[in-house]
Formats: sequence, structure tokens, C-alpha cells
Amino acid sequence: MSGYEMNRRRFLTGLGLGAAAVGGAPLLAACGGGSSGLSGDQAGSGEGASGAKPQISVWYHQYGEAGTQQAVQKYAKAYPDADVKVQWTPGDYTSKLNSGLLSSSGPDTFESGVNIDQVRSEQVVPLDDLIAEVKDDYTAVDITSNTVDEQIYGIKIVDDMGVLYYRKSLLEKAGVQPPTTWDELIAASKELTTKDVKGLFIGNDAGVTPSFGGGALLGQILWAVGSDFLTPDNEPGFTGSEAKQSFLKLRELFDSGSILLGAPTDWWDPSSFTQGLAAMQWCGLWALPGIQKAVGDDFGVVPWPAYSSTVGKPSTFLGGWAAMVSAKAKDVEAAKAYVKWLWVDHAEFQEDFNLNYGFHIPPRKSLAARASKLQSGPAADALKIFNEYAVAPNPAWTPKMSAAYADAATAIVRKGGDVDANLATAEKAVRAELDRLFG
Amino acid sequence: MSVGAPAAATPAAPPRAARARGRGGVRGVAPAFWFFVGPFLAGLLVFVYVPIVWSVVLSFSRAQNTVTPGDWVGLQNYVDLLQPGPFLSSLVTFTVFAAFIVPLTFVLSLGLALLLNQVTVLRTFFRSVFFLPTACSYVVASLVWKLSIFNGVRFGLANTVLGWFGVENIAWLATTSPPWYWVVIVSARMWLQVGFYMILFLAGLQRISPELYEAAAVDGARNAWQTFRFITLPQLRATSVAVLLLLLINAYQAFDEFFNLLGNSSFARPPLVYLYYTAQGNQDFGHGTAGAVILALLIMIVTLAQGKIFGFGKAD
Repeated sequence: MSGYEMNRRRFLTGLGLGAAAVGGAPLLAACGGGSSGLSGDQAGSGEGASGAKPQISVWYHQYGEAGTQQAVQKYAKAYPDADVKVQWTPGDYTSKLNSGLLSSSGPDTFESGVNIDQVRSEQVVPLDDLIAEVKDDYTAVDITSNTVDEQIYGIKIVDDMGVLYYRKSLLEKAGVQPPTTWDELIAASKELTTKDVKGLFIGNDAGVTPSFGGGALLGQILWAVGSDFLTPDNEPGFTGSEAKQSFLKLRELFDSGSILLGAPTDWWDPSSFTQGLAAMQWCGLWALPGIQKAVGDDFGVVPWPAYSSTVGKPSTFLGGWAAMVSAKAKDVEAAKAYVKWLWVDHAEFQEDFNLNYGFHIPPRKSLAARASKLQSGPAADALKIFNEYAVAPNPAWTPKMSAAYADAATAIVRKGGDVDANLATAEKAVRAELDRLFG
Repeated sequence: MSVGAPAAATPAAPPRAARARGRGGVRGVAPAFWFFVGPFLAGLLVFVYVPIVWSVVLSFSRAQNTVTPGDWVGLQNYVDLLQPGPFLSSLVTFTVFAAFIVPLTFVLSLGLALLLNQVTVLRTFFRSVFFLPTACSYVVASLVWKLSIFNGVRFGLANTVLGWFGVENIAWLATTSPPWYWVVIVSARMWLQVGFYMILFLAGLQRISPELYEAAAVDGARNAWQTFRFITLPQLRATSVAVLLLLLINAYQAFDEFFNLLGNSSFARPPLVYLYYTAQGNQDFGHGTAGAVILALLIMIVTLAQGKIFGFGKAD
């Protein structure tokens, strides 16, 4: 038997052979991308073959509205200066994007929201020169929420917002007015609840657990009392006594048994509202065409209510997506050129993408102003709410801060946890992050 | 390691093999051996061992939005995690979960195996039926449980059935008092796992010599319980220890159903889900990898301790 035994030298030779058999790095890299068209051409930006155009890979999350995927593919095809490959990502886009940005097999350009950590770790490149000429056509909040250290890292593609949809007929039947304060909201929700219909749908997580697009009310809890996640000078803004009262109101709503939980779809999908599972629903403007189609004129929209008639103000979120460019792009300049061509130079693409599928608000003021679909009915009400009450995200509010804050919110609202203790824990985590970022 | 070699050597013509037989072994063996083992070994190295070593290195580093170690912080990541906080409470969640799921799966799969062992007709059919769910993915099962069986509205299966008895709709996954979500989590995992462990027990049962039962009957074992207690159970010791071990490791690694059913809920978040969101969500790979190392060490210690106590791998 001893003749068959292997020795260390053979073992190591074998390792080398094995590595050769697998083919080394290029093949491995190709495994991750899922874009088989790219893996064959290792020549890089295409100067090798005569006439070959550079290749740009663009990543999007999955928009729910029919036709959106075809639309971005159509734009990509129309681009004359490069071969643009669209990656449309259903499911957990954020995780996929985050891992993509760590490697060189990630996107060249992608949609996301600007975050200070991406900037500090040099994952993205500034885009100021791209929108210098038309900067004034964007709303101020769309610029500031994409700016870190005085440089712009994201160009808004779509602006989103939420509204509280309500069924006019159901409210009339119950003799309830659209709510304008927390207490009215709770009362209305209870009043509207029957055996088969719940009063209000704010997500299966009661609006406080941010996974799979949940956590829809994490901001509104604070905005309702005129506060925010971080104060303007970057201090935790969620520990005031009014904020704590607001948390208790949401818990009261959760405990009232009048909100819809365990629905087949979540808050960002209007099905629960259109199928009559709930009389009111917090949902995005994007769902408006679908709701109109399903229930006709039997609905209206209001902002998320203020804490009370004297404290705080109504609110909604300023959401949406911004086009960004990866610092690891195969050709950063080519990727930037594409972003400029698609979202800055060709306003008609922005108009088409925002208004022809679901409803979004075009970030360019000139486009929003002439958008006839946003001029009448509930859409016009929504636009007014957006202009008056939308709260922009702060790039300094990092995912880690958000996770700590959401843990506290989940414990307080869904588990009946102590408000002071849970928010103190979150505050500690947020302060540690702020120290890390701003010293 | 030498196991693969003789098989590869046998077909070679004797004279050549004799010539080739040198000090270091049969030359013709090596290429064939590496041809089959090489790719697997390389895969193991590249996809398992390198990432493990990389993780350990990264866990001593502050790695925010990067997987390149460099900003060394010593043991700080470990210190952070081991203070009272979400990671420790996720370990508590796991402990609660394991306390439920391990004994329950053990008893149920053993029970099923015992019943199946008695059945004389259609045994293969029943065995397949109980084993089939093992082939189902956790993600698919979670979605079926969430959307169809345990959804919170009136047309969910569970609520429909309860509705017949006048029970009001229950939001299974959202209700924290009483914590109905455990019903969903535990039942999904049972359905997926019991069949597999049942097969292990069945194999164990079929290895027990019938003579033992005959001898027990002769010696006056009065009833089924006595035979089970004094013959079957002791004879199943090796299988039982293996099953317990696998169940415990599986519970430690709980991820899919929690992730898909509850997302990032701080009230029921096992360690892996927490680490997933730390690394993938927060992009904090330093803490993420440190937590993974702690978890791996914990599993190793428990496995070794259990092996020591129950004598895993020893002859019967």
C-alpha cells in the first residue's frame, strides 16, 4: 500500500493542477455576474476589435409597474456610443448591489440612494459636471439629499412619495373624515374596521421593520412631531419627548386591532386596498394609476397626519432613485457619459419613465410642471402634498443607524418594549456611528 | 487519501505498472487521481478555505463598505458583539428556538420511524411521502407558509379552518403576544426536516437484530414500552447522537425561514440573520465576520462537548 500513498509534493502539485483546471480568476469572476455576454471579452474597454463599442452594465431594482423594464431596455438600445447591458433585479436589490460594488464584476452605473459610507469608502464618483448646466432645474432637496461633502453623487431618476389613500364611500358610510391628526387616524381606523375589512394598512410590519421594503413609517413617526432622524447639525433627533409620544401613538394603533396585518402583499402594493381588505392604506404615488383603474373615483389622498392640531405637521417621504456611477466601473468616463445622455440630456426619457408606467414625479421641475397627468384629481393633491410636506433623506443617516433605530421601533411598537430604554440603546448606536463619521 | 489510488491503478497493464512503480508510488496514478480530485479540491480551497481565512483576517479590521482588511482594530469587533446588544439577544433567540425545535423534531421523527417500521403494507410509499418535503427548498416552503397557509386575512388556510369554528382571523406572523409566529416557523421547519431524520432513524432501527427482541421476549419483557426503553433506544444510541448533533447545528444555522418569514425583526432574529443584515445591509463586514467567527467557534465547542458527553463516533 505504501506505494500508493501520496506525499506532500504530489499534494501541492495537485493543487496547482486543480487550480489550472478551474481556470483561475477570469472564470471565477464570470460566475458572479450573470451576464454571459461579457465574460468572453476580456480585452476590456473594446479598443482591441475594430469598431467595438465599450460595454456598460446598468443595474436597476425591479419596478413593479408593467413596461418599466422594457422602457429602460429601450433607452439602453438607443444609446449610440456604447453597448449597454441592463440588469433588472427582482428581490433583494440592495444586498446584490452592495456585493456588486465591492467587486470589479459589479455595475458600471446603477440606481440607488446616496449614502455617506459609499462616498467615504470611494465606491462612487462625483457627478457634478454632469448636471452643472441644469442643476437649477432640480428641486433643492433633490440636490442636497444626493450631496456629500459638497459634491453630488447621484442624479435623480424618479421622485417618489407616499400618500394615505382612503375609500371615500367607506368613510362616508362610517361617518368619518380623512384624518389630520394621530388621534383622528386611530379613531378612524377603529371606526372603519368591520368583520372583513380593517381600517388601515400600513404594512405587514406595522411600518417599523425595514426588510423587503418594509419600515414605511419609520420617518413619519418623527416627522409627525416636526422632528427627524438626525437634527440639521447631525445629532440624534428621535429622543425628544414628543417623538416618544408619537411612538406610543403608533403602538396604540397597532394594539387597537384595527390595522391589517399578514396581508399577501405589503404596503407598497395597492392590492390590499383595491381588494377591499382595508379602508385606508399608506402607499406610494406610484400605485395611483392602478388604484384609479380598480376603484375609479372612489378614493382620495391625504398626507400622513400631524401629531395633533398644535404639535408637528403632516408629512410624506421624498423617495425615489438616483443614477450613480461606480468607482470600479470598467470605464468611468463612458459610464458617466451614458448617465448624462440618458437622465440629463434627454429629458423625454425622464418624462416617459416617470409618467407612462406608474406615477412618479419627474425630478426636473420643468417636467413636473408640464406633467398633465399630475394636474388634476388625487394626483394633483398628491403633488401639492409633495411640494409642501416631503422630507428628504439625509445621506449621513447610514444603514447601521437606521438598523439600530428600526430595532428600537420594532421592539416598542410590535413587542410593547420600553420606549426610553429602546430609544436609548438606539441613540448609543447612532452616536457611535456619528463619532465614526464626523469625529 | 490513498483510497482513490488503487481503483485508478487496476486497469493499467501489469508490466507498465511494474515499471512505473518507483520510490514515490505508481506514477500513472497521479494524473487520474488529480483529474478527479483536483477540481473538487480547488473548489473547496477557493470557495471554502480561502473565504474562511479571509473572514478571520477581516474580523480584526474595521471594514466598512469594503472587504479589504487594513484598518486594524484588534479585538474591538469581538468586544462590541459580546456586549449586551442585538447579537447576544439573537443568540438567546436561537436558544429558545433550539429548545423548541430540537426535542420536537427528535421525538416526531423517531415516532414516525417507529410507526413506519411496524407498517407492513405500502412501506415504501409512506417512506417516500414523509421524505419528500426534504426535497423542497426552505425558501419555497416559507413562501407557501407565509402566503397561503398562514397569511393573516380571511382566505388564508389556517384562518379559513379556524373561521369554521368562529375564531377571528389571526395575523400569524405579525402577532407578538401571544407569539403566533413561532407556530409558523416551527411547523415549516418540522415539515421540511422530520422526513430526513425519520430516514436516519429507520436505518438505525433496521440495523437492530431481531434476536435481541426475541431474547427480550423470552426474558419476560412485558410490553412495548419495555422493549422500546431497554432494547430499541439503547441500540439507537449512535443514530440518536448523530441526529441530535445535526439538529443542533441546523438550529444554529437557522436562516432561510426566519429571513423569509420575519425579515429583520428584532424580536425573533437568529444569529445568522443578524449577521446577514450587519454585513450585507449595513456593509459592516468587520462586525459581520467577527460574528461569523464567534458562531463557528460556538458550534465547534458545542459539537465537541456533545461528542465527549455522548461519545459520538465511538463503536456501540
